[in-house]
Amino acid sequence: MSVFEGFRFRHVSSPIHRLDPRVKFLFVLVMFVAAVMFYELLPLSILFLLPVPFVLLAGVQRQWLRSLRGALFLAVFLFVFNLIFGYLSPGTVPYGMAPLEYASAMLLRFLVLVESFSIFFLTTSPDHLSLALEQSHVPYEFTFAFTTAVRFVPVLAEEAQTIMDAQKARGLELERGNFMKRVRNYIPILIPLIVSAIRRSLELAEAMESRAWGAVKKRTNLYVLKMRRGDLVLIVISVILLVTAVFVRYYVHPLPTITTLLPK
Amino acid sequence: MIEVQDVYFTYQTTGVEALKGVSLSIRNGEFVAIMGQNGAGKTTLVKQFNGLLKPNKGNVLIDRVNTRNISIAQLARKVGFVFQNPDHQLFSETVEDEVAFALKNFGFNEETIEKRVTWALNLLDLTEYRKTSPFMLSGGERKRVALASVLAWDPEVVILDEPTIGQDHQQKETLRQFIIQLNSQGKTVVIVTHDVEFVAECNPRVTLMSEGQIVADGRARQILTNSDVALKAFVVPPQITQIFQGLADLGFPADVIDVSEAGKILIEHFQAERNKR
Amino acid sequence: MILTGPSGCGKTTLCRCFNGLIPHFYNGQLDGELSVAGLKVNEHAIYEMAQKVGLVFQNPENQLFALSVEKDVAFGLENLGVSRDEIRKRVDLALQTTEITELRERAPHELSGGQQQRVAIACVLAMQPDIMVFDEPTSFLDPLGAKKIFEVINELNKKLEITVILVEHRLDLASKYADRVVIMNNGKIILDGKPREIFSSEEARLMGVGIPKATLLWQTLQEKGFQLKGIPTSSEEATHFLREVLKK
Repeated sequence: MSVFEGFRFRHVSSPIHRLDPRVKFLFVLVMFVAAVMFYELLPLSILFLLPVPFVLLAGVQRQWLRSLRGALFLAVFLFVFNLIFGYLSPGTVPYGMAPLEYASAMLLRFLVLVESFSIFFLTTSPDHLSLALEQSHVPYEFTFAFTTAVRFVPVLAEEAQTIMDAQKARGLELERGNFMKRVRNYIPILIPLIVSAIRRSLELAEAMESRAWGAVKKRTNLYVLKMRRGDLVLIVISVILLVTAVFVRYYVHPLPTITTLLPK
Repeated sequence: MIEVQDVYFTYQTTGVEALKGVSLSIRNGEFVAIMGQNGAGKTTLVKQFNGLLKPNKGNVLIDRVNTRNISIAQLARKVGFVFQNPDHQLFSETVEDEVAFALKNFGFNEETIEKRVTWALNLLDLTEYRKTSPFMLSGGERKRVALASVLAWDPEVVILDEPTIGQDHQQKETLRQFIIQLNSQGKTVVIVTHDVEFVAECNPRVTLMSEGQIVADGRARQILTNSDVALKAFVVPPQITQIFQGLADLGFPADVIDVSEAGKILIEHFQAERNKR
Repeated sequence: MILTGPSGCGKTTLCRCFNGLIPHFYNGQLDGELSVAGLKVNEHAIYEMAQKVGLVFQNPENQLFALSVEKDVAFGLENLGVSRDEIRKRVDLALQTTEITELRERAPHELSGGQQQRVAIACVLAMQPDIMVFDEPTSFLDPLGAKKIFEVINELNKKLEITVILVEHRLDLASKYADRVVIMNNGKIILDGKPREIFSSEEARLMGVGIPKATLLWQTLQEKGFQLKGIPTSSEEATHFLREVLKK
C-alpha cells in the first residue's frame, strides 16, 4: 500500500504544516487549474518543480517521492496510451506537437496533480482538515463522518487482521484455489467485519446521543482556525501564479514547444 | 507437545518487540494459565502455538514439528484457538453451519461432520439452537458457539484467549468446570487471562509474563502468593491471599488462595484456641 | 451505588433508561414513570437529559470519535453550544480530575484501554452532570486498570459529589467504595440495601452473584460459629476484623 503512504499525514511540525488548510487547498486548486490550461512541456515542467521548495520546507520529501512512485504505474500507462493515440490520429494532438512530446506533457500534467494533492495531505492533519471543513460551512454531519472515518481506519484495519487470524485458525486458507474459490474465501472475513462495523456504529451513536448530539443548531468549537502571515503569503503566491498562467496562456504566442525548438 | 525455544518476536507494523527470549515447554494434557498484564506478550506467545505468528529468532515446535515448516491450517488441526471476541468468527446462516465450518475446511466427510456437529452442540448445550442464526443469540450463547466450533474438530490442544471477559459469576463458574472437564479428558488446555480469581479457583500451572519475558512458572498457589514476583508482573493477588498476607506476622501461611481452605485454616486455629481455654 | 446481577437481568437496559436512550433512541414500550434529576424521561430529549446524567459505556474504543483527546472531551460541550473560554476551562478541569492532562494531544488509538476509558470519563465529566452512570466500564481492562478506574470513579463521588451508579460484575474490587448495592434478576430489582447486608444474605448467594471473597470467608466462619466484629466486603476489612479477633 505504499502509494497510500505518500498521502498519510505525519506528526511533524513545519511552517507548511501550520498553514491554514483552506489556503493550502486554494493553492492546490490553482495548481490544478494552471496544469489543465497547458499542453506544453515547458510550462508544465515549471509547474511540476514549483511545489518542490514547499516539500523541502515541510520536510516530507521521502513520503512525497513515494507518492509519485506509486502513481508511476498509472502515469506510465497514460503515457503509452497517449503516445499510441497520438501516432494513430495525429490530427488530435494540439499545436502540432510530436506525439512523444504530447505524451510526456500529459504525463507531467498527471504528476503535477498527484504531487499537489500529495503535499496537501502530507502536511494537513485530519484534525486540521475537519476544522477547515467545519469553518467553511460544510454541514457538521459530513465533517463528523469524515473525522470519525479517519479515526477508525487503523481500528478497522486491526480488526480485519484479527478476523483473518481467527478464520485461519479454523483452517481457512486464503491463498488456495481458483479465482472464484478465493473470492468466496473472503466471505468469512467480510461478514464479521461488516457486522462488527454495524455494532460499532450503534455504540458510537449511543455515545454521541449521550453527549448531547443535536442539542444546539450552531455548534461552538474548542479550536478556531486563524489566518496568519504565512497564509497571506501563500494566498498572494497563488494569485500571482494564477494570473501569470492566464497571461501566458492567452498572450504569449506561440508557446515554445520542444518540437519547434528542435532543428527540422 | 508445545516446545518454545528462546523465541524473539517483533511486530512489523509497530516495531514493538513483544517477545524477548521466551522458552517454555508444555506437556500433553497439561493445564496452563498464561498470565500478566495487558501488553506483557501473552497473546503474542500463544499465537505462535498455532502458527499465526512465526518467531523472528528461535523455534516453536508443536508435536516436534517446527511451526515454520507447516501451514497454519495444518497446525490448526492440532491446536484449536478460541478468540476473545466470538463476533470475530461468526458469519454463517445457522449455528450448524458455523460449527461445521472448520470441519469442512479440514476435509472431513459429510457423515463425520454431521456426527461431530451434533456432538459439539450437545456438549455446549446448544442443540436447541442448531438451526438458529448465530447473530440472534445472546453474548454468552455466541461464546458457546465459538467454543463449539473449535471443539468440533477435536484438537489436542485448546487455547482460550481471555475467556472470562464480560462474564458474570455463574458463567465463569460454568466455564471453569467445563475447562476442568476438557482437561480431564486429556486435552492440553492453555488459557490466556488476567483474571486472578478465576485462576485461583482452578489452580493450574501458571506461566507469568512481563514485558515480553517469562518471569515465573509454577503452580498457581506458588506464583500468585509470591508478592515479589506478583509486583514485578503487575499482578494483583487474589483477595484471599491479600487477607492472609495481612495475617502473615501472626503465623499464618502466606500461600492460601482458596476460600474454603482459608476457612479451614482459620476455623482450626479458632477451635484450637477454644480448646486451650 | 453498585448495580449488579446475572447476565441478562436488565441492568444494561435500566442504564439506558436513565439518560433517555430508552425511550428516545430505542423503540419499544416504556411503561411507568421515570424521572431523573427532576426531569421526566419521556418528556425530555436525550440532549436535555445529557446535561444532568452522563453515561459511560463498556467499550472505551467506541466512545471516542475525535482525533485528539482534547477534542473528544470538548465534544459534548461543543454540542451544547458552550462558549470557547468555558469549554477550555471545563476541558482542562476534566482532564485534571481524571489525571490525563499529559495525554491531551494524543490520538485515542495510541492509548491503552485504561487510558481510553479515563478519557471517556473525562468526556462525560466535562458536561458537569449531577449523576454519572457507568455500564461495566472495566470489562476490557486488566485488574490494575480496573482498580485505577474505580479510584477515579470514587473521586468523582467523594470529591465532586456526583451521584454514581456503577454496573459491575467485579464486586471484589468495587464493593469497598459503594454505599448501596442493588441486585437485579429477570428484569426486576430483587435486593436493595447496604453492601454488607446484601452480600451476606442468602438470596444473593442463591442468585449466583459474585460475592466478594472476603464476605464469603466471613460466611464460612460464621457458619461454624465464629464471629467477627463486622461483615467485611474488602480484603483490608477482612484482615482488620480477623486481626482483632486473633490478637485476643
